[in-house]
Amino acid sequence: MAKDPKNPVIQVRDLVVELKGNRILNGVTLDVYRGEILGFVGASGAGKSVLTRTIVGLLPKQQGRIDVFGVDLDAAGETQRQEIERRWGILFQQGALFSSLTVGENVEFPIREYLSVSDRLMTEIAITKLEMVGLKPDVYRKYPSELSGGMIKRVALARALALDPEILFLDEPTSGLDPISAGDFDQLILTLQRTSTMAVFMVTHDLDSLHTICDRIAVLGEGRIIEAGTMDRMLASQHPWLKAYFHGARARTGLAAARN
Amino acid sequence: MTAGILLSSQTRGDWVELSAAGSWTAEYAGAIEPQVDAATRTISARGIAININRIEYLDTYGAWLIERTLRHWTNQGRETRLVGLREDFRGLFEKVRAGTQTLSPAPKPSNSVVATLVSVGMTMSAVAADLVMLAQMLGSLMAALGRVAMRPTSFRFTSMINQLERVGWRAVPIILLITVLIGAILAQQGIFHFRKFGADIYVIDMVGVLVLREVGVLIVCIMVAGRSGSSYTAELGAMRMREEVDALRTMGFDPIEVLILPRILALVIAVPILTFLGSMAALYGGGLVAWLYGGIQPEVFLARLREAVSVTTFKIGMIKAPFMALVIGVVACVEGLQVQGSAESLGEKTTNSVVKSIFLVIVLDGVFAMFFASIGM
Repeated sequence: MAKDPKNPVIQVRDLVVELKGNRILNGVTLDVYRGEILGFVGASGAGKSVLTRTIVGLLPKQQGRIDVFGVDLDAAGETQRQEIERRWGILFQQGALFSSLTVGENVEFPIREYLSVSDRLMTEIAITKLEMVGLKPDVYRKYPSELSGGMIKRVALARALALDPEILFLDEPTSGLDPISAGDFDQLILTLQRTSTMAVFMVTHDLDSLHTICDRIAVLGEGRIIEAGTMDRMLASQHPWLKAYFHGARARTGLAAARN
Repeated sequence: MTAGILLSSQTRGDWVELSAAGSWTAEYAGAIEPQVDAATRTISARGIAININRIEYLDTYGAWLIERTLRHWTNQGRETRLVGLREDFRGLFEKVRAGTQTLSPAPKPSNSVVATLVSVGMTMSAVAADLVMLAQMLGSLMAALGRVAMRPTSFRFTSMINQLERVGWRAVPIILLITVLIGAILAQQGIFHFRKFGADIYVIDMVGVLVLREVGVLIVCIMVAGRSGSSYTAELGAMRMREEVDALRTMGFDPIEVLILPRILALVIAVPILTFLGSMAALYGGGLVAWLYGGIQPEVFLARLREAVSVTTFKIGMIKAPFMALVIGVVACVEGLQVQGSAESLGEKTTNSVVKSIFLVIVLDGVFAMFFASIGM
């Protein structure tokens, strides 16, 4: 389904977040639309993770407003909030799999908590999700400590997708993967996203991901969004940090590769 | 997202056409599944088609339920067909259809008698392996101590002082509090029972000997095992989980020398001091109760105590302290280094560390009792 500019699933308005007295985000305004992949970039330490964690409610905000699916998160009650949490999936940077549960139990965990489906269907869905992210069904009974880094990311993605979320948050999904796996992972996210109306909010430093799969890019700097728009707009921007980022040596080779 | 779900059937010659409508999504999966299963059981036509033209919303759950039904019939040798697949659902169906679902069956639980025997055997071999590991750790510790003695500058003095503060200095208040109470309870119980024979005064003998010889050091060691042993295990375990121990090793440092030696030395220094303080506090608590509850004047208490206990009694308690500290430290570090990847394993090893070190401390106390008895102390 095409992206729908009139239908933002996340609306962030004038968000201010302070951590231990340091103002990390100072008036961030950002929209994420249904059915798009938004790439989110910024220098290390600019507050990308802080913004993601604030949106999903892991960090408190000082000012501003966050609407998810048109609901103000501050005004939402316990049940309404749970309803929203059911509709998003989060892939943490290190996977954050539950180490005392098997891979299968990890993927089934949100299904078990949120849906009342039979054990058989739950297992089948878990295996389907694992196969969708490119794993063999054998991993179902393994423990996270028996998996490689790339496999952990895939399992974590399968868990994030377990409830067929409408928003998927990805925190540096390709970091720590080799270029081939990273490329596969990008294609995987793209395919999964194209089969649904899911919005993907992807924090990344991977220029290849930005070129190949992102519909729109938002850039965070100096505590606010410096620029948001398509790749062409990023390339045309005169902002010094953006110029350095998108026209640096690594960016040029990446761009050339993407164009070929 | 509205709509329920239904599967209505229509017969066309040999074929039955089922029609699905509404939201086939995760939210409704619990309600759809029984309908689908009912259809699977009741329909016996030779060919079956599912028309999904009227499905409004579809996700993996709905797609899989349809795919599962089709597969079931295909496996029975019937003809199946999917009708009315919308273009925007095609990708999803292809993904779901690509799944093989070939999960090898779960390993069968073995016979309960056999399982019990296996578990007993495993426990025994684990006990043996534990003893070997304790001996190994003790050996590597001695080797590290030897290396450090040759090059004293390589010793992590700062680290040891830091540990000494954590396991020694900061343990003082709680140790004092507990031992005062223990001394007081001993004295109270002694007075209560000895009074029947008019032997109140012997309470001082009992408290003095018991505290200095056994109770002081045991209580302190149990406290230290629970307080510092567990923290050593958890610390080393977390470092192992995050590959910090491996990082040290690859940089050419011996983890035993860098991490474990300062920790265990700190314990070996701290526990005798804590034992001394604890014993004194217990005597103080005993004296206090003897005075307030038993009416024995402090001067009488002290004079009697001087007769009842000798320096030997005091020495016996103090000699044991560093050995017990060594046991607690070695057990805690061995357990810490055995932590595997999971959070559960960290918890299990920390529990093991406390349980084993308290057990070994008491066993060691028994060995010492036999030793001192045989040398006539």
